[in-house]
Amino acid sequence: MNRLLPFIGFMLLVALFGFGIWWNTRHDPNAIPTPLLDKPAPAFSLPKLYEPAQTVSKADLLGQPYLLNVFASWCIECGVEHPVLEAAAPTLGVKLVGYNYKDAPADAKGWLAAHGNPYALLIADESGQTALDFGVYGAPESFLIDAKGVVRYKHIGPITPDVLATKLRPAIAAMLKEAP
Amino acid sequence: MMRLLRIVLLALLACAGVVHAQAIEPMPFANHAQELRFQHLTQQLRCPMCQNETLADSNAPIARDLRNQILKLMQQGRSDDEIRQYLVARYSDYILYDPPLKAGTVLLWFGPLLILLGGGGVVLAALRKRKRDGGETTTVGELADNGEDW
Repeated sequence: MNRLLPFIGFMLLVALFGFGIWWNTRHDPNAIPTPLLDKPAPAFSLPKLYEPAQTVSKADLLGQPYLLNVFASWCIECGVEHPVLEAAAPTLGVKLVGYNYKDAPADAKGWLAAHGNPYALLIADESGQTALDFGVYGAPESFLIDAKGVVRYKHIGPITPDVLATKLRPAIAAMLKEAP
Repeated sequence: MMRLLRIVLLALLACAGVVHAQAIEPMPFANHAQELRFQHLTQQLRCPMCQNETLADSNAPIARDLRNQILKLMQQGRSDDEIRQYLVARYSDYILYDPPLKAGTVLLWFGPLLILLGGGGVVLAALRKRKRDGGETTTVGELADNGEDW
């Protein structure tokens, strides 16, 4: 038994390191869990991208659930998720709201003209000030917000077909089932 | 001409120190005390985008935004704790380099102590056993020989 002790200790270390590797491959170590989950989304008031004279506030969007998709023309991964969002938008079950993050309006419009515009509504946060309240630290990020204005799910990084099928759609389904 | 060059070089040298201290860009501090407080606070905070860098050191756009926001909050008279709470409410404990002691971080805080105690226990048990087996005739040399056994 005593002779086996170092071997057992070694195997325990191997198990620990193996767990570390497994753990880091199945989740994104850079993703920060949002403290906003199941809490009211922060109040905001931002201009529309195409009609900057009009502002949209959180209160304006209450009453129906929406997916707030933070994107920017400078964001490379946004180009990856964009076709997925475009294909999914009609069958998503919630309104798709585009949140243009730290972008020049002309660049954003050019980017949307080139890639297509799946958004029912587009708001622009050119300074990125409001995004701080949402805990945004990059793009793309997506917030699922219910009719009462509560954050139900957040995804950091591009919405891939896999994320859409295994996480986003189930989250939307669970939300709609609870309060249609 | 040489003199002018010397002055320019000296000025550049002086700038280098300032640039190094503030990492990125000069900020409109009210006084030196505020600057020191700002430096101290941002060095304890983690950049959300690049998690091995502090907010003070990082070049990421989000780090710049957060530095500006922290200065704004300071100018509004908020305390360091209030600023930390402001950031934690938005970016969770990830933003803190010094994790708070709570249920989820108990292992992080006391894990090393547990391992140390466990290791100490094993060594102690092994030493006792040797003493018992070897009796009074055990010498230091024999102990070392036994040690090589495993």
